[in-house]
Amino acid sequence: MIGQVSRRQFLRTAGAGVAGTTLGAMGFGGAEQAMAQAVRPYKLARTTETRNICTYCSVACGVIMYSLGDRSKNTHSALIHVEGDPDHPTNRGTLCPKGAALLDFVHSQTRLKHPMHRKPGSDKFERVSWDFALDRIARLMKDERDANFQTTNKDGVTVNRWTSVGFLAASATTNETGAMTYKVIRSMGLLPFDNQARV
Amino acid sequence: MTNAWGDIKHTDLVVVMGGNAAEAHPCGFKWVTEAKANRGAKLIVVDPRFTRTASVADFYCPIRPGTDIAFLGGVINYLLSNDKIQHDYVKAFTNASYLVKPEFGWSEGLFTGYNEEKRDYDKSSWDYQLDEQGYAKVDDTLQDPRCVFQLMKQHFAVYTPEMVEKICGSPKDKFLKVAQMISECSTPTKTMTSMYALGWTQHSKGAQNIRGMAMIQLLLGNIGVRGGGMNALRGHSNIQGLTDLGLLSNMLPGYMNLPVEKEVDFNAYMSTRGFKPLRPGQTSFWQNYKKFFVSFQKSMWGDKATAENNWAFDWLPKLDVTYDILRTFELMNQGKITGYFCQGFNPLMTFPNRGKITSGLSKLKFLVTMDPLDTETSRFWENHGEFNDVNSADIQTEVFQLPTSCFAEDEGSIVNSGRWLQWHNAAVSPPGEAKSDVWIMAGLHLRIKELYLKEGGAFPDPIVNLRWPYAIPEEPAAEELARENNGQALADVTDPTDPTKVLVQKGKLLDSFAQMKDDGSTAGFCWIYAGSYTEAGNQMARRDTWDPGDTGLAPKWAWAWPANRRILYNRASSDKNGKPWDPSRKLVYWTGERWGGYDVPDYGPTVKPEQSVGPFIMNPEGVARLFTRGMMRDGPFPSHYEPFEAPVANAIAPKIKGNPAARIFKADLEALGSADKFPYVATSYRLTEHFHQWTKHVWVNAALQPEFFVEISEELAKEKGIVKGGWVRVWSNRGSIKAKAVVTKRIRPLMVDGKPTHVVGIPQHWGFMGRAKKGHNPNSLTPFVGDANIETPEYKAFLVNIEPTSGPATS
Repeated sequence: MIGQVSRRQFLRTAGAGVAGTTLGAMGFGGAEQAMAQAVRPYKLARTTETRNICTYCSVACGVIMYSLGDRSKNTHSALIHVEGDPDHPTNRGTLCPKGAALLDFVHSQTRLKHPMHRKPGSDKFERVSWDFALDRIARLMKDERDANFQTTNKDGVTVNRWTSVGFLAASATTNETGAMTYKVIRSMGLLPFDNQARV
Repeated sequence: MTNAWGDIKHTDLVVVMGGNAAEAHPCGFKWVTEAKANRGAKLIVVDPRFTRTASVADFYCPIRPGTDIAFLGGVINYLLSNDKIQHDYVKAFTNASYLVKPEFGWSEGLFTGYNEEKRDYDKSSWDYQLDEQGYAKVDDTLQDPRCVFQLMKQHFAVYTPEMVEKICGSPKDKFLKVAQMISECSTPTKTMTSMYALGWTQHSKGAQNIRGMAMIQLLLGNIGVRGGGMNALRGHSNIQGLTDLGLLSNMLPGYMNLPVEKEVDFNAYMSTRGFKPLRPGQTSFWQNYKKFFVSFQKSMWGDKATAENNWAFDWLPKLDVTYDILRTFELMNQGKITGYFCQGFNPLMTFPNRGKITSGLSKLKFLVTMDPLDTETSRFWENHGEFNDVNSADIQTEVFQLPTSCFAEDEGSIVNSGRWLQWHNAAVSPPGEAKSDVWIMAGLHLRIKELYLKEGGAFPDPIVNLRWPYAIPEEPAAEELARENNGQALADVTDPTDPTKVLVQKGKLLDSFAQMKDDGSTAGFCWIYAGSYTEAGNQMARRDTWDPGDTGLAPKWAWAWPANRRILYNRASSDKNGKPWDPSRKLVYWTGERWGGYDVPDYGPTVKPEQSVGPFIMNPEGVARLFTRGMMRDGPFPSHYEPFEAPVANAIAPKIKGNPAARIFKADLEALGSADKFPYVATSYRLTEHFHQWTKHVWVNAALQPEFFVEISEELAKEKGIVKGGWVRVWSNRGSIKAKAVVTKRIRPLMVDGKPTHVVGIPQHWGFMGRAKKGHNPNSLTPFVGDANIETPEYKAFLVNIEPTSGPATS
């Protein structure tokens, strides 16, 4: 938060004050204590809040992600709730049916957890290590590039291009991922390169 | 978007055509609701279906898929014939007065210079008449028969209300009502906004659809003003960012172009990029191209890019042709592409003509997918009954399925439709062994680099010398990459007018692209992002909701490219003398000494109005182009062409099939279907409960919309004996699918050239992975042909047939 107390922070603080004093002011001293014991603690009060942006369309609604754990090293965090960010100038706290279900996207049963490999002609995936996968892909790429890299065209003009492997980049990744992808792909001279922008 | 989401509240008229914002961009659409409620704005929807947006519109007009140019041409004709244009704006800020070469012309559906065999034009006649100094000749009276204004009148005269009705099936009275409502915005104090999306881009003439509306907006004086603009509602959370960064076959970051092989060396490449002004005194900002290009090369190759090696120009690949996705899959089918990567992309579901996609992937040696989800593409080789009817044993492709983190587990910036770069943070760690895309890409690079250092091989220079200044080479940090995108000084950057004055010290981050140099003293990966991460910190992470003047621009929230500018061409919000066209909606205006207002001026901050520098500073003309010279492959004005699969012949030029300048491969041409066998027009679209094929993996969304369906009219259902909720088979000349039928009043038959034409609506969210019911998808049917300029496939208009059937065996 830069500069000012957000609307949400303000409401939360004000709300706690109201709950704590109203009953007392009305002369229900004991009732207040009993009430406090009976009320289930606000679940999100113990969570860590993280600002994020919805991953679907490019309205780019602000979201707040609530997770257990304080994100310190060697602790596990668990995402338990996602909601619209009321401070966000575009969505002002609202989310659509997709954004409202972001938690289930993160926790989807079909989230991938391990690198998998399918051998030619096989009817199944088999679990492999990252080292196996990346070593093997690097090998395949280098062999392809060495076999098909074109240094000059038929007129002798330097072209330094590689067109026998293609790469589709992802329009839900960050600019930083995009720049990294660009550097790695372009430095190999690869031309069949695209993303969702014109599909 | 030229404007911002929050700015839409300042409009008087919203035209949603080529999109369905209420359904596909719901939280952005709230600003339309705001404009309606608080400003009394009106909403017009022109769409083949009575969409969710149409349901809250003030006026709805139906249209046949793929005929938008005829409709927009009709509006242009209406505005010109009824003199409903903003004269001062058109005269001062567009090329209406420019004289075009006498050889240029248009007849029988073709512009001058067409070559049928090449399906391409010789565009040399599509240009201005130049005087001895190389400036364009103009006629300020707009009377010269060769001026753009007169040529435009001529070109669009054919699009009468009767012709619009004949082609589009839009009833004449409804079309005229739309045209009349639009024409009211020709006064300086009434503004219209255009909100469009893939409903316009996914056609063989998609770019010209958008130009058609851009011309209307220029004629009405609605570009550069609050509540106006051309607002592309982009479909993915960072599709804008990946476009900015140029992750496309033929692009460099910041809308620079990769060299083509005709540009034999650096000098040849730069010689066509002088951007000499076409009128006296114009800015022609692209004159700085070399500074941005050299800074990019320095960002890629650091010390190894030198003046002596032309900044490593030869380390960039040179294009012979553009390798768009259609060409890529064509080459895959020919066995010429043998390895393929899909990073967060599911082409088996999302590319046209699925049969061709499956056969292409089956010919690969290897396929690598990187995705948080278990995608259909990564399992294209696996048999899923009639939903993926393949024989695994026949497919020799080696497949790697790499698990990646998703947005909740990653930090960095993404760019919204309004060009705001917003930073986000990770809340949790990725599940299992899933890794970030950056870690994977870095891992591949470092391995390949090592192999080249050890073994040598084909031209290793650009790989082994790639600049890699990261604290942890195996996992560059998002902040490091963000600073690289912004750019930094590699040596002291001095003031050009006073070399003793240091503007940026060596090693410091740049404040703006104005500090970039072409002498190798600055690096910057993406010049338009300069200013996003400065010595003052990460501007993209700003969260100040301050909004002076209640403009909806929130100038201290995140950061917008370029230069934190929220409305592009904003100088055009004031007249020639710098006075706001609409005093109640001031944006950028002349204060007597400089340009002030609510936004960062898209203009020289102290350039006086009397200097007559045009507001469209990127163009060598200084003005906006109603006539685009030779910049588009299919013509300097939009023209109506039928979709490649159409129920009728082109009413204007009966001999022309499809867009004459669009490329189509031989086998794909042969795979087109004709109206006698496939009499119904099909179109594909999104539902509000789903996002592409992702959300069928999400329990809530899978429950909200569990099953694939198609939408048809009550009339068509009756004609074919299809019952509500019954199964139908829909097929094109390329494939066949089964679906439940939704019989609805939302789609009505259109009278096209006197004949009833039925539309079949096919949503695109199902597949054979995830939690929703297994289902088919429109792309088993769609044609393999794209837009003439950028090859976006024609998903939105094609021909099918339909019949009642029984359900799939597994259902």
